[in-house]
Amino acid sequence: MTVESLYPRLEPLLAQVQKPIQYVGGELNAQVKPWESVAVHWALMYPDAYEVGVPNQGLMILYEVLNERPDALAERTYAVWPDLAGLMREAGVGQFTVDAHRPVRDFDLLGVSFATELGYTNLLEALDLAGVPLHAVDRDESHPVVVAGGHAAFNPEPVSDFVDCAVLGDGEQVVGDITDVVAAWKEQGRPGGRVELLARLSRVEGVYVPRFYAVTYGADGTIAEVLRTRDDVPPRISKRTVMDLDEWPYPKQPLVPLAESVHERMSVEIFRGCTRGCRFCQAGMITRPVRERTITGIGSMVDAGLKATGYEEVGLLSLSSADHSEIGQLAKELADRYEGTNTGLSLPSTRVDAFNVTLANELSRNGRRSGLTFAPEGGSERIRRVINKTVSKEDLVRTVTTAYANGWRQVKLYFMCGLPTETDEDVLEIAELAVEVIRAGREASGSKDIRCTVSIGGFVPKPHTPFQWAAQASAETIDHRLRVLRDAINADRRIGRSIGLRYHDGKPGVIEGLLSRGDRRVGRVIERVWRDGGHFDGWSEHFSYDRWMTAATEELAPFGVDLDWYTTRERTEHEVLPWDHLDSGLDKEWLWDDWQDAITEDEVGDCRWTGCYDCGVCPTMGTEIQIGPTGRSLIPLAVVGARPQVDVHADAAVADPVHTH
Amino acid sequence: MARTPDGPPPPPTVQKLRLRYTKRGPLRFASHRDLARALERALRRAQVPMAFSAGFSPHPKISYMGAAPTGAASEAEYFEIGLSARCDPEQVRRALDASLPPGIDVLECVEAVEGSGSLADRLDATRWRIDLPGVDTGDLDAAVQELLSRDVVTVAKRTKNGLRDIDARAAVVGAEVTEEAGCAILTVVVRQLTPTVRPDDVMAALAVVADLRPPLPPRAVREAQGRLDDSGDVADPLGPDRAVRSSPQEESTPV
Ligand code: SF4
Repeated sequence: MTVESLYPRLEPLLAQVQKPIQYVGGELNAQVKPWESVAVHWALMYPDAYEVGVPNQGLMILYEVLNERPDALAERTYAVWPDLAGLMREAGVGQFTVDAHRPVRDFDLLGVSFATELGYTNLLEALDLAGVPLHAVDRDESHPVVVAGGHAAFNPEPVSDFVDCAVLGDGEQVVGDITDVVAAWKEQGRPGGRVELLARLSRVEGVYVPRFYAVTYGADGTIAEVLRTRDDVPPRISKRTVMDLDEWPYPKQPLVPLAESVHERMSVEIFRGCTRGCRFCQAGMITRPVRERTITGIGSMVDAGLKATGYEEVGLLSLSSADHSEIGQLAKELADRYEGTNTGLSLPSTRVDAFNVTLANELSRNGRRSGLTFAPEGGSERIRRVINKTVSKEDLVRTVTTAYANGWRQVKLYFMCGLPTETDEDVLEIAELAVEVIRAGREASGSKDIRCTVSIGGFVPKPHTPFQWAAQASAETIDHRLRVLRDAINADRRIGRSIGLRYHDGKPGVIEGLLSRGDRRVGRVIERVWRDGGHFDGWSEHFSYDRWMTAATEELAPFGVDLDWYTTRERTEHEVLPWDHLDSGLDKEWLWDDWQDAITEDEVGDCRWTGCYDCGVCPTMGTEIQIGPTGRSLIPLAVVGARPQVDVHADAAVADPVHTH
Repeated sequence: MARTPDGPPPPPTVQKLRLRYTKRGPLRFASHRDLARALERALRRAQVPMAFSAGFSPHPKISYMGAAPTGAASEAEYFEIGLSARCDPEQVRRALDASLPPGIDVLECVEAVEGSGSLADRLDATRWRIDLPGVDTGDLDAAVQELLSRDVVTVAKRTKNGLRDIDARAAVVGAEVTEEAGCAILTVVVRQLTPTVRPDDVMAALAVVADLRPPLPPRAVREAQGRLDDSGDVADPLGPDRAVRSSPQEESTPV
């Protein structure tokens, strides 16, 4: 089968839309393989706008891993803005990939990476634009197999009507296994049709096929049972875990878009997983155990990535980068290596301790010290014990003051509100803290020109965390707490003008809560919202709370449940949770005990340093903590783009690439 | 106390190069900011020894001029770079071209000659070729004659501050209608005034004077950019640099 490019028909439409460059592809390091040259075709979707999706590491990694296989190709597709979507419908142009502008409809698989649940309506829009039936059961052999991945896939029940499979955990290896199954099934002449293919996929470790599991509900609305409908599928589905990150140095050739994106830098993942044990953090819970990339592995990825992209900044990514066992040495050696090259190094938001300031100082040795971000998350010491992110108020103020004293002008502090057991007093402490930070900071830096930005969002309880049983705070509670916080910050104008407050109202969080802990019945709400015109729910200008409310009220009523039942209701210990048959490795009893410890404000340590406390992951998954120190150092490199001395000779100054042309 | 960067100030500019590049195919949808980012990253990948400004966020010394609008293709975009080490212009051209995505092609690179004046001053007019699929050549010709016969044609132009009325006629120096493979083609030379009259504005003017409304989106290519010469066409803006360069002088030896 040949598959034609939609570009000739798309091009006249592009002249009429905003930011057309996002639809043309041609990114540096993008790949286009001939359609007939491979057996298996993957379309990979990030269900948000191109500018958000194109820097996504997960998608970039899978794109490369799949394209390296001789028997597969992968192309990317993103959510299309309404202006183009309207024109595409008029012109009969389907959802397309940006690489070769091939119709998504013609691919064997459509992999969708859900970083957040707010992308669900964009999946429905893309399926509809692609001409793929919305409901998995209505699809036949000619339609792509829709595979959900990403953190939200750890509870895919709300989208179980629309996806064929969900993949739990790390994607690097499982996409290969899926490719093998699809290739063999096609090769054999598609025996047993789509159902047989899905049955085979359900036997791949980490792959969940919702249609082979039936859910029944009790009179009180809770789940009675989740049962297999065939006995050749596993009763529980376990997540996948990639061990030895050094063997997976992806992305090797990061994509560099022409269009502006939300991350104008390249990123290197320095470790995966986190065992700090923050109780609100789904990412930390579902990615255990910690697996570090070695210092030398990181060094070569940074080098290769910079050469392949020309980016000016490298982010050292992970859930808590300062925890890498050799981070101090890494920061120093990278700063040495790139000294004088106008290459910036950065760590994402960090925990609050003095060591992080030292690290940030080292990384910005010769750069501007504009902003530093800390994430205390909880406003009071008490609530920080509840969430297991303990730092004393004195330490917090001291750390931030040190940052100002070291020349940082702008400090951003991340908080959550609506945490379990929280009261107004916990949130009001954020204002006290900010005021103290500014006072001490002005004194320490001798300058009034310092700022503190408080960024605060409503907490959404997530599956596979100790807070999965917790009652979510209502939108009214969140909005009330944000209001008292704002008033408290503004109480003293002389200090208050140095403090910025950034927040979102509580409404989107409530919908995220519905989608996060929802079950299969919530699928009808998602579909209704999309049919009523909802999509791009992560964007305030497109998100409509009223549309969601109406849909939830009307679609859930026949089941005797409602929005509050899913969000503000606390669950009991033995309630069957919609994701109980999906195994992140965490022992449900351990999670419950940790939830009880949260309520009594008891802390838990980090198994990297305090020993294993039996969360369940390592024995269940057959994995183990992989951390250094390795004792190795970065070998010095002849650095790219080093500011050359004036006496560099003309022909030496323009190195290698000249000879490859 | 404010921090200042450690170490010596960045090395000075020792050579200025002027380059002409294209915006072809799907990359016509790139904006001038997209192009600037792509060029800066390509300069880094190609290891061109750029000169930088001083301070904590040093910027490479690059000047862009007269970018074609988003959606219009171009065979004649120009920019100028300052180098901290002398390089052979042709080598820089090839290295940069190899580092850029297909569609952004570096066609020429010459050394700017001291005292030959600024490049921006030499870019005061553009020759556009506008393909108008689905438009009848006769209708187009009539509309163009009508436009040329007027002194002033006011069109509404979308600017940062909303719609604004501008005269689209005064900037038009000359226009010609031809046909190629059944497609009507308008070639128009436009003086670059402020606010700039772009192909869209010319099309708007044709709609005003003769109600010409193409059924399909027009496709514009900037064919040339430069100073308006006596014949009403545009002259090669790199000509003066080339002219001086051909006279003997001490130069780095090309490899
Ligand atoms: S099983 Fe033990 S070592 Fe493994 S992540 Fe859990 S607490 Fe840490």
